[in-house]
Amino acid sequence: MLLLASASTSILIVLLIFVFLFKEAAPFLRDPGVGELFGTRWVPVSFVRESYGMVPLVCGSVLVTVVATLITIPLGVCAAVYIAEIASPREREFLKPLVELLAAIPSVVLGFFGLVVLGPIVKNVFDLSSGLTALTGSLLLALMAIPTVVSISEDAIRNVPESYKAAALALGSTRLQTMWKVTIPAAMSGIIAAVMLGMGRVIGETMAVMMVTGNSPVITASPLESVRTMTATIAAEMGEVPFGSTHYRALFCVGIVLLLATFAINMVAQRVLKKHRTE
Amino acid sequence: MAAIFTTMALTLGCSSGSGDSAGGNENEVTVKGSDTMVHLAGVWAEEYMKEHPDTTVSVTGGGSGTGIAALLNGMTDICNASRKIKDKELQQCKQQGIEAVETIVARDGIVLAVNPENPVKELTVEQIGKIYIGATNNWSELGGPDAEIVVLSRDSSSGTYGFFQKTVLKKKDYRADAKLMPATSAIVQEIEGNKWAIGYVGLGYAAEAADKIAMISVKADADSPAVVPSEETVASGEYSISRPLRIYTAGEPQGKVKEFIEFCLSAPGQEVVRETGYVPVK
Repeated sequence: MLLLASASTSILIVLLIFVFLFKEAAPFLRDPGVGELFGTRWVPVSFVRESYGMVPLVCGSVLVTVVATLITIPLGVCAAVYIAEIASPREREFLKPLVELLAAIPSVVLGFFGLVVLGPIVKNVFDLSSGLTALTGSLLLALMAIPTVVSISEDAIRNVPESYKAAALALGSTRLQTMWKVTIPAAMSGIIAAVMLGMGRVIGETMAVMMVTGNSPVITASPLESVRTMTATIAAEMGEVPFGSTHYRALFCVGIVLLLATFAINMVAQRVLKKHRTE
Repeated sequence: MAAIFTTMALTLGCSSGSGDSAGGNENEVTVKGSDTMVHLAGVWAEEYMKEHPDTTVSVTGGGSGTGIAALLNGMTDICNASRKIKDKELQQCKQQGIEAVETIVARDGIVLAVNPENPVKELTVEQIGKIYIGATNNWSELGGPDAEIVVLSRDSSSGTYGFFQKTVLKKKDYRADAKLMPATSAIVQEIEGNKWAIGYVGLGYAAEAADKIAMISVKADADSPAVVPSEETVASGEYSISRPLRIYTAGEPQGKVKEFIEFCLSAPGQEVVRETGYVPVK
């Protein structure tokens, strides 16, 4: 009974958060209306006319997340393959905790590192006017996602039955062929789930992104430009916004979109992971 | 026994009835309003309480508007405001039968900062406005070399964002690609490492970071002389991008409230103003 109560508490809290978000955002849908959210300009403070178009914010979050994922996949998966298949037990005992330690660095510390070290590097390498770009944010986020991806992928790879590998080797495959043609495909759903969970972490990350992406609400597909993510917008603007104002409601709308996005990613990841376990 | 109860009731009655301030206690002064001034007012309160240990001064922020609303509702003795009271608010005061009395306690100057290697040293207010609304994009248009201007601003939650928008951008919107930095320190950090960036910071902060950034001299218009931002030019009003920081009270200040405001304007009070990065008025 006690266990049931504690299990349902967290579910209840999630539901209450949903209800609360919708309650605070709802008046926005009446005035100025849901159409306002599809605008292309985010200008919450203006003497002329405020606009609450979420397109630049969604675009910023998607761009940063996609680029971060593209950086994370090769690095994370290769690291996982190495740790699971090639490394000696002693190396593994040394490497895995070290990679997981990366997840323990507070994001504000990473953000500071990004601002002082990574930003100038990005600026010089690509010869840009400023290092405050989506790419800088993506690089930091990749650093945060890699531990998740490595850890879960490594488990998936190690869970591939020994008999698969033995059969492939017996048929004359080399070790490398076995790895790429048998082990990794067999662990694929686990790896995909790992990447999805990493993405979930990335899209919700706030502090580091706010410090290094420049936060300009522009619509762009170039990672070398400055972008404003949904998380950074909420964090930067919520503190000072007058309670109950249109701007306040708009920020809750952003919160809902963000919550739905992370919710969807996590759902898909769980599905894939479940499929992987039952196979 | 009955006598004791009567005495207690009397004491209680007295203490709750005698206070005339908003806190209901004559030894308590409440200050509310502008977030720009929270730090300043907090240090004033600390210093004041050191000299008057029997008095409690409590300071909260919330914004100038919130402070004025609290003054109207009788929820605060003193309202801090980084802007002038609006006509609409004055009307509300009249309706409530309150006279809002203004005291200017300090001035705040906003400095345009660039990298020390940037050859551009002077700009007019209009030129700065054009940079920030997106009409000017290259330093060559301002007498500098051919390089793109990297425009830095504070986030819209900052009081300075609104003040700057009103006085320099002439109420127009900021350009969409202005980089909105989460803190003044981040602006200074970026300018230090970026030759072609421009950003605005408070005078006190700019003075502290003087070894990392260069301050732009500002001309009110094309024919006016360029004014270097400094304590003197802000105090005299010669420097264009500055604002007075005000205190409002309901009616002429009295009792502890009066003493507190007098302290703010006294020599030690104005020394606090200088230490917290603003410009003294006395």
